[in-house]
Amino acid sequence: MNKEMTLAAVAGRIESGMTIGIGGWGPRRKPMAIVREILRSDVTDLTVVAYGGPEVGMLCAAGKVKKLVFGFVTMDAIPLEPFYRKAREAGTLELMELDEGMLEWGLRAAGMRLPFLPTRCGLATDVLAKNPAIQTIASPYGNGEVLLAMPALNLDVALLHVNDADRWGNTLISGRDAYFDHLFARAATSCFVSCERLQDKFALTAEQAKANLFERYLVSGVVHVPGGAHPTLNHPDYGWDLAHMQAYAAAASEEGGWEGYRARYIAGGEAAYQREAGLPARLSELSHPVF
Amino acid sequence: MSQHYDYTLAELMINAAAEAWRGDGEILASGIGVIPRLGASLAKLTHTPELLMTDSEAFLVEEPVPLGARGDFEPRYSGYMGFERVFECVWGGRRHVMIGPTQIDRFGQTNLSVIGSYDKPKAAMLGVRGLPGNSINHKSSMLVPNHSPRTFVAGEVDMVSGVGYNPARWGAGMKADFVDLRRIITDLCVMDFGGPEHAVRVISLHPGVSFEQVQAATGFPLLALENLGETRGPGADALAIIRRLDPHNLRAAQIKGNPPANRAEL
Repeated sequence: MNKEMTLAAVAGRIESGMTIGIGGWGPRRKPMAIVREILRSDVTDLTVVAYGGPEVGMLCAAGKVKKLVFGFVTMDAIPLEPFYRKAREAGTLELMELDEGMLEWGLRAAGMRLPFLPTRCGLATDVLAKNPAIQTIASPYGNGEVLLAMPALNLDVALLHVNDADRWGNTLISGRDAYFDHLFARAATSCFVSCERLQDKFALTAEQAKANLFERYLVSGVVHVPGGAHPTLNHPDYGWDLAHMQAYAAAASEEGGWEGYRARYIAGGEAAYQREAGLPARLSELSHPVF
Repeated sequence: MSQHYDYTLAELMINAAAEAWRGDGEILASGIGVIPRLGASLAKLTHTPELLMTDSEAFLVEEPVPLGARGDFEPRYSGYMGFERVFECVWGGRRHVMIGPTQIDRFGQTNLSVIGSYDKPKAAMLGVRGLPGNSINHKSSMLVPNHSPRTFVAGEVDMVSGVGYNPARWGAGMKADFVDLRRIITDLCVMDFGGPEHAVRVISLHPGVSFEQVQAATGFPLLALENLGETRGPGADALAIIRRLDPHNLRAAQIKGNPPANRAEL
């Protein structure tokens, strides 16, 4: 079995109008190389489901996003993601703004093939008021407490970046936090994973195997892209590239800023990106941020 | 002559923030931002050692971690607390978070999403993040570095992200029993929700600040505790802890101009 694919082949599996889930969290372990390949494609009208970081800002800037399903968009060290803000303030995005836990619940429901999961999160807030599609439900038990029925977030495609993978689709997330990548994988019809290192077939110790967080039958394709999360961090392989993210953020306040960033970093392909961003040498200089 | 204190306003606020967690026992104390995090750390190292804390990333620590580059300090972990487990903790209610919302209203409702209209906002911030789930499940406190009517708004907040005690927002059958809004620490005073029907109430004034001044900086009417006193600042031991945990003096950048504890000195 060999699930290895190219970036172009992965992007080719993403069609206009699809719902795509993106793993990671803010500026952490985002499948940026795959996202850049989407930025190079002509797909449009995407519904993007994410704990958002710079990938959301870039997809918004490139006009790829029809609807955003999110709890936040941030680069942490740069709290406000400027290209997301531009799109949000222009009023052009359809929105499903969710509590972080509701987003998890929606992915879980999808992975369990349920129509919804109940929660109190979101009740008595504008999350409920601004999402008329989200319903409440009375508990069939006890006193009939009214709960929010978080609908399943069924994804056409999930995109993840991991530390290690093999050609069978087995993956390892060895960083400090797996975030909710396993739930994105379960919620999707197809899941594509980029990785720092690719092997033919894992032969792991028991300790290493604990970093395998979801089954390979969920994985449709793997792409070998060392540095594929750059400029976001991928612990323990490299930290985030704050200087790169700062330059990207600064571009948002310049006339034609996105076009300039796109021309320099995106348009020429991933090999050109690696050259312009100083990869792979630069990765070894990016230490994990201290909180 | 107004009295001089050997600490800054930020250090006084850290001490006041720590008081929010006093007596909370074995729950997760989450201080988001410099002053709340130092406050939670100070609470754990002084009056409430039972608190659970993280390294502000993914691990539990029994020794609070200093902020920023740590030099020789090597964190030692007592357990794991990744985001997925934090959510489990939130839903189980064993947590007390302190956050800095962009807007707060008289009901304690908070906003971290957008300013202005929802469809075409004047300013987009982060999004609602975990505010809806936090506020409906466990204790919440707030930190406001610049007490003004822009933060403490006259009507409802522009986008209700965190729940409060607004009856109009609670539909029949919804359970508000776990909502527990505690303290608001600002650069002028400390407040709680101890008034009739959870009305916001000033419980102490920072040195050199009058109730009238606080009221003028607030978009809704405030109550005041009887015998309203002065906010207690950190003692020598607490100050030493604060300085040890914040070796890069990040606290100095939290309040504009890093004023002394007694504003009347300015």
